[in-house]
Amino acid sequence: MDTIYLDNSATTRTDDEVLKAMLPYFSEHYGNPSSIYKIGRENRRAVEDAREKVAKALNCEPDEIYFTAGGSESDNTAIRGIAYNYKKKGNHIITSKIEHPAVLETCKQLEKEGFEVSYINVDENGFIKLDELQNAIKPTTTLITVMFANNEIGTIQPIKEIGEIAHKNNIIFHTDAVQAVGSVRIDVKELNIDSLSLSGHKFYGPKGIGALYVKKGVQFQKFVNGGHQERNKRAGTENVPGIVGLGKAIELAYENLEEHNKKIKELRDYYVEQIEKRVPYIKVNGDKEKRLPGNSNISFRFIEGEGLLLNLDLKGICASSGSACTSGSLDPSHVLLAIGLPHEIAHGSLRVSIGKYNTKEEIDYTIDSIVEIVSRLREMSPLWEEFNEKA
Amino acid sequence: MEYTDKVVDHYTNPRNVGKIEDASGVGEVGNPVCGDIMKMFIKVENNIIVDVKFKTFGCGAAIATSSISTEMIKGKTIEEALALKNTDVVNSLGGLPPVKLHCSVLAEEAIHEAIADYYRKEGKMTEEEIKEKCNLKEHHCEHCEG
Repeated sequence: MDTIYLDNSATTRTDDEVLKAMLPYFSEHYGNPSSIYKIGRENRRAVEDAREKVAKALNCEPDEIYFTAGGSESDNTAIRGIAYNYKKKGNHIITSKIEHPAVLETCKQLEKEGFEVSYINVDENGFIKLDELQNAIKPTTTLITVMFANNEIGTIQPIKEIGEIAHKNNIIFHTDAVQAVGSVRIDVKELNIDSLSLSGHKFYGPKGIGALYVKKGVQFQKFVNGGHQERNKRAGTENVPGIVGLGKAIELAYENLEEHNKKIKELRDYYVEQIEKRVPYIKVNGDKEKRLPGNSNISFRFIEGEGLLLNLDLKGICASSGSACTSGSLDPSHVLLAIGLPHEIAHGSLRVSIGKYNTKEEIDYTIDSIVEIVSRLREMSPLWEEFNEKA
Repeated sequence: MEYTDKVVDHYTNPRNVGKIEDASGVGEVGNPVCGDIMKMFIKVENNIIVDVKFKTFGCGAAIATSSISTEMIKGKTIEEALALKNTDVVNSLGGLPPVKLHCSVLAEEAIHEAIADYYRKEGKMTEEEIKEKCNLKEHHCEHCEG
């Protein structure tokens, strides 16, 4: 049975063109970009070409881009690096309750190290409460970090407004844009972004490579000590094949953005519409309009998400869930709880994230499978029985 | 740790799903807040569990432990069913990932609750005696208590 991959928010298949661009950098172009001889210099050029491509995609300068090992490292570097650099000015950071663990865990660690962190609530669609954000600002606030788009429910934050609030108060604004880059046009200048994290494998690039944008003038402490790579901010021999792949992937993503988004959004809307039509007692999570084109997140009442995922897996369908059983803890997804879902409804959530390689046939097969599995699991569920007895 | 083939088999084709209308005893454990509820129905004749059915809201492991434990107590005496330990359930599944061990505990508790319900309906024992015989435990959960 063929795999039907509907977990494109988790990772994506590397584009063939990206892979083709990378391959020579494993074999014939193996030089160290820091070496002075020809095969070193050539690779320096390849790295800087990729940097230009990333900068062009974000509308910033190449020397505002730092390559990292991925989104988590970018988040760690930006948040810790900025917090520590401006510690004399203040020790207060503002973030949201629905951030990725790379941000939340970094903030928790900073709290242990003497920083103060405010976690701002979101509304029922997952939008950060701007008045609460405004009110949380203190004279000691040095950094606001709010994700661009949420990985579970796809909600896109009012980034420009958050940046405005930050700048009016002389605060640095970082955004974890791991889910947004490659799906949303981003102009860091227009959107008042001072720092941004991105990850290659979310937009058909390779895993293990990411980038961090930091606006000129914003200082941050280095995260990896060692050599002088990445303008002395991130030591370690450059991941040349990864960097080349990232450059190619971001270029391709923005070249064909509207075309891909249109197709992806059509499939997503069709999927949600059909599920709404064919399965009773569901809740579509996240905002209807301001959300990532491929993301859908639906709670199926009276069933638990892992059972649904396992049964989908048996049919070759890959998706994800916010249930406790898939989060590895007793609690269901912190994002679903933050938008106000009761535990029992959060447990029954299913995230289907559609990408550029998905087809209508795959979505149709998935819809039929979900209808069948949900009905089977409900027949097995004491909650469903109770509900029907009351009705 | 991944699920064993036996676990996959039981959550894919769970045995004894459903309810018994004229059950001798019904036991329900767990809580929707925690993401697991097991409801066990038993039919007892001459101290033998002649039929058993279950309904479960929960993950793959919860469904698999419910399913296999119904197989393990069917045709057994009440005493044999009460002697079934969660570790027996885990072993017969070929193991469970550590985070899923609580599912096997739920299965054991659901059986005990169903038998306790049977004793209550029989009316021959005091609640204290039933509690002791069935080893009934208070439900502990940070969500429910919090």
